[in-house]
Amino acid sequence: MSEMRNPLQRAKGLGSSKSGLPHWRAQRITAVTLLLLIPWLIWSLLQLTGAGYPQAAAFIADPINATLLILVLLCMLYHAMLGLQVVIEDYVHHHGLSLLLLFAIRIAAAAGMIAGVVHILKLVLGA
Amino acid sequence: MIGPYYRPQLTSMLSITHRATGVLLGLVGAPLLLLWIIAVSRGPENLNSLYALLASWPGKLLSLALLFSLCFHFCNGIRHLIWDTGRMLQIDAAYRAGYVVLATALISTLVLAGVLL
Repeated sequence: MSEMRNPLQRAKGLGSSKSGLPHWRAQRITAVTLLLLIPWLIWSLLQLTGAGYPQAAAFIADPINATLLILVLLCMLYHAMLGLQVVIEDYVHHHGLSLLLLFAIRIAAAAGMIAGVVHILKLVLGA
Repeated sequence: MIGPYYRPQLTSMLSITHRATGVLLGLVGAPLLLLWIIAVSRGPENLNSLYALLASWPGKLLSLALLFSLCFHFCNGIRHLIWDTGRMLQIDAAYRAGYVVLATALISTLVLAGVLL
């Protein structure tokens, strides 16, 4: 998307933050993606209720399910990280603690994304 | 919003509930989905102990809280996305959509809890 703030606003430093738009936009893009994928996830989990390990493993091992599951997990963790960032910025007033928590949620989201992809691929490839 | 002169209103209550459910989903819900994927990948014993944990009564209580959080955050998220397009920002429209969100979230939670839990 093109630059939405005009140069004068940027030069004057108007607005509460200088980098809010990409955050806002990413939050909405992941929200719309989740809006489409969460019903699929719920529907899939409904099919798996009462079923045991073989059905669950076969579900994730299917390449289409694996692709959608990776997409929903990445969007979910990214959306959660962006949301938790806003909550921390709003309520944690101790600067050092705030920085530490912001760092922690970034590392946690990244680790969760990597772990999820690795384990899903392991099931797909049957390793 | 909290102060001696604060009168509870649907709009602000739903707003803080959106945050609270979002925090619960981010800190517990998403990690639980990841835990399920890892448990499936690690084998039947791991998956069965996760299912046993979720079937205990604290597990069911947590699942119910997560289910409501998901239904509410999903429905109210749609309300937020509509607002982002500049629509339904009038007080009466925001209230009407708020009641629809609350009713839809509660009903879908009950239906899903009946099937899943």
